[in-house]
Amino acid sequence: MSISIPAARADFPILSTRVNDHPLVYLDNAATTQKPQAVIDSLRDYYTFVNSNVHRGGHTLAVRATDMYEAAREKVARFINAAHAHEVIFTRGTTESINLVATSFGEAFIQPGDEIIVSELEHHSNYVPWFELCQRKGARFRVLPLTPTGELDPEVLQSMFTEKTRLLALNQVSNSLGTVNPLETLIPLAHAAGVPVLVDAAQSVQHLAARDVQALDADFYAFSGHKMYAPMGIGVLYAKESWLEKLPPFLYGGEMIDQVSSTRVTFAQLPYKFEAGTPNVEGAVGLGAAVDYLNRFDQLELQAYEEDLLAYGIEQLRAIPGLTLYGNPRHRSSILPFNVEGIQHYDMGILLDTSGVAVRTGQHCTQPIMDALSISGTVRASLALYNNREDIDALTRGIRRVMKMLRR
Amino acid sequence: MQTTAEIAAQISAEFSLLENWEEKYDYLIEKGQNLPDMPDDLKSDEHLVKGCQSSVWFVTECREGRLYFQTDSDSLIVKGLAALLQELLNGQPAEAYQNVDLSLFDTLGFWRHLSSQRSNGLTAMVSFLKSAAEDCAAHHGA
Repeated sequence: MSISIPAARADFPILSTRVNDHPLVYLDNAATTQKPQAVIDSLRDYYTFVNSNVHRGGHTLAVRATDMYEAAREKVARFINAAHAHEVIFTRGTTESINLVATSFGEAFIQPGDEIIVSELEHHSNYVPWFELCQRKGARFRVLPLTPTGELDPEVLQSMFTEKTRLLALNQVSNSLGTVNPLETLIPLAHAAGVPVLVDAAQSVQHLAARDVQALDADFYAFSGHKMYAPMGIGVLYAKESWLEKLPPFLYGGEMIDQVSSTRVTFAQLPYKFEAGTPNVEGAVGLGAAVDYLNRFDQLELQAYEEDLLAYGIEQLRAIPGLTLYGNPRHRSSILPFNVEGIQHYDMGILLDTSGVAVRTGQHCTQPIMDALSISGTVRASLALYNNREDIDALTRGIRRVMKMLRR
Repeated sequence: MQTTAEIAAQISAEFSLLENWEEKYDYLIEKGQNLPDMPDDLKSDEHLVKGCQSSVWFVTECREGRLYFQTDSDSLIVKGLAALLQELLNGQPAEAYQNVDLSLFDTLGFWRHLSSQRSNGLTAMVSFLKSAAEDCAAHHGA
């Protein structure tokens, strides 16, 4: 059933292109991943043979499109082991998923004086929606600080819970440092204090086998398609049925209603209550294809392959004199954040690109982390299943070449 | 004094001798390295160009309707681009700033510094200078 991981590179046509006269070395996977042929084909086939609007019209193509859309929901539900497919809401991405909860949960449950806790490790998309909600509601925004190793301390979290705490929002993997947060410890602590937990899984769902939302007991679990080999513009909010029943809709319009008159509007059942308007059917179909693709691998083997490659990357980067690798968490996933002494991260990124190596530079939408580390930004190399040791070697060769160019 | 168009043609001619990316960036970095460092006390928020991934500062001075400036950046590439702007514009009449033709950077292949919004070094730098030039022209005219 499972296929060889190194052979998977051939499934991604873009990886054989050349950039600036060099073979592409794509190490910007935390920003977005490339797409396997199976996902590309699913989009072409959808528009060639199926395209129609969903959930309306009894004609053949409409039924086919609806079946494919709902099949994608089922695939995602099984991928994260949701108890019900209707606990999977399709959104535009992680950001919209989190904003949906911030708006709907905030509307229903946040009062002046209440408290929301986020971690200092968060991407702005899991920080700003909560900050703004607190501003709107007169609630207190509290930040769980990161430790010197770039981790979260369960004891500090424990000490922050009060009877006013209404929600904890944190990621499973930090997009800036790659820290894997111990959800198996943190979520039970929150639940013991009566606090529900929203997990930003944008950087974890494609890398960690620990994506079983029931085992994690996550109340909300948000992720994006495009970071897990699916198209852009499709994402997922998983929420426990009990929460979805209690939350008011996020957007209003077609698809999400049951009955409408001038005196009364009733809303559709789950999940449609949260999917107003024509959905991104193409994106959902592509996401379903990406899940099918990932399911071809043994998930623990895939995680072990990526972790071995990351360990190799850490070792190779640490061997470069003057290079600082940020964070030193016990468990890290897929992210290599660094700077080289005397070289601005932007210069490093631009000059690596001239040898075909694609990385990201800057603050990575995590200004609080950069402030905590007292730096203006980092170079970030981030891995996916198709990367290999040759990619890491091309990166380290590129870094040494840039060091030569800039130091004279 | 040469016009900006004449200076741009000279820079283009120099660059046309460079064969690949590495040489182009080497040349640009050298331009940056040859600029004197700006004293730290001038690197204040007032002189900082907003909207860049790296920090870049301009200290401008208006004399008889001409705008002069010194510049610095923590990025050597951005400093190199700022050095090219300085070659092109330093001491030119304020109107020359408003009409400056940035296609030079396109020709050189540094278009990426013009187009991407998050790190739009050049566009932000030029707007900063244009605004200073506008003040300079208004002051001189009055």
